[in-house]
Amino acid sequence: MVDLPRRSLLAGMAALGASACSKINESETTQALFKAAEDGHRAVHRALAGKQGLAPEYTRAERSPTFRGNGSVTVEGAAYQDQLARGFPDWRLEVRGLVDQPLSLSLADIRALPQRTQITRHDCVEGWSAIGEWTGPQLAALLDAAKVRKEANFIVFRCADTYRDKPYYESIDMVDAYHPQTIIAHSLNGEPLPEKNGAPLRMRIERQLGYKQAKYVEAIEAVTSFDQIGQGGGGFWEDYAGYQWYAGV
Amino acid sequence: MAKKHALSTRLWHWVNAGAIIVLFMTGLNISNAHRHLYWGDYGFDPKDAWLSVIKFPGWATIPQHYNLAMARDWHITAAWPFGIGVVFIWAAMLINGHFRRDLMTAPKDWTPGAVIASIKAHSGPGGHTHGYNSVQKILYGGVFGVLLPLMLFTGLAISPGFQAAAPWLLDLFGGRQSARSLHFLAAWAIFAFFVIHIVLAVSDWRLILEMFTGGTREAEAAPAPPLPEPDPATEEGAPAHG
Repeated sequence: MVDLPRRSLLAGMAALGASACSKINESETTQALFKAAEDGHRAVHRALAGKQGLAPEYTRAERSPTFRGNGSVTVEGAAYQDQLARGFPDWRLEVRGLVDQPLSLSLADIRALPQRTQITRHDCVEGWSAIGEWTGPQLAALLDAAKVRKEANFIVFRCADTYRDKPYYESIDMVDAYHPQTIIAHSLNGEPLPEKNGAPLRMRIERQLGYKQAKYVEAIEAVTSFDQIGQGGGGFWEDYAGYQWYAGV
Repeated sequence: MAKKHALSTRLWHWVNAGAIIVLFMTGLNISNAHRHLYWGDYGFDPKDAWLSVIKFPGWATIPQHYNLAMARDWHITAAWPFGIGVVFIWAAMLINGHFRRDLMTAPKDWTPGAVIASIKAHSGPGGHTHGYNSVQKILYGGVFGVLLPLMLFTGLAISPGFQAAAPWLLDLFGGRQSARSLHFLAAWAIFAFFVIHIVLAVSDWRLILEMFTGGTREAEAAPAPPLPEPDPATEEGAPAHG
């Protein structure tokens, strides 16, 4: 066989492909095309499902035997570890930004709000899935209590953890912020949230991929845009790894 | 004169070829993110996998190094021409009669005799040009009727945003991880078809040319006009009609 020429041909094609691809990929036209495709997916999803369309929910028997922890599975620092050991007596969740009534809530305050329990599936962008039972107040209840202003377009979640030495944050638009299944979970499968799953509070945004489900949430911030936050991509993975901001695909 | 391949077929063929190459090669990059396949709704532990696949090498993936974000950008963008194309080609095939004439099988196409006759016709000289034989009808029908729609619907089913629109789709495939497994299997079935398709096409370059020009359908082609008698005045072979 003509193995050598074939190999060098393949290598040549690969080299050509690599440089051509990175050039094409970085061009403004290509990036605009990617953005159009992403916006198209979001528009179609919402046109078909409606703004309040629910992600599938499961029965207790359908839960996965364990719930994988991924990405940040701990928060560095003695202060967090001390809080964790004592059940987070001093943890505060702030609601701030474009709100008329900023809030600072303890875990007890959060547990005293009307609760929603949902058994939902977590889909990681990598491809794996886990199913768990989450309990917590709807984000909408907190946004209403804080009186979010009309000019707010996005809700940003500020997290206590760092990943690869960068502070973790994520953001969603107001449609997902007011979605009935968007909750601030303090419990998983009837137990306080384990450390690896984001203790004491994490987001559940069930129509999006795992990286949107911010863990170790310390603050909820209403903003008009996230241009000035982080690198301007709207989240840790968007900023540092180029992931899609609309994580519904 | 009737074209062997309608303009809609040719147009779709090349757009789809481009989309499928991008989807497949970015798909291999995406597969590298979690190389384990499961049945049912959940799956994250490799020990529960029904299949764990290799890490696909850089030369086979887009981009050529592991980059899930970039691979997903290309994948979900190429999904649009692919998905719209599947709907388009089905509409075109039903309207222009291509499906009924060339792809729809009759019970006689499924007999062992028909299969043997197909292979014999195909291996003889000029065997390629006699329309669609039984094996081709079954294979093309399987691709158009099963594999391409399966690819599209399993792709939609594993999208968390789409599930709120059509949760029944997920149930149809037996759960999210089942849909993901089927997406993977259908991709490789299309790849297998692609390889056979290319090997047979390059065996006769006219077939590839016809997919650009459309070619002419033999049975309906007008008979060639009789050659004019050689004119003694133009004996040297100069064209008779200037």
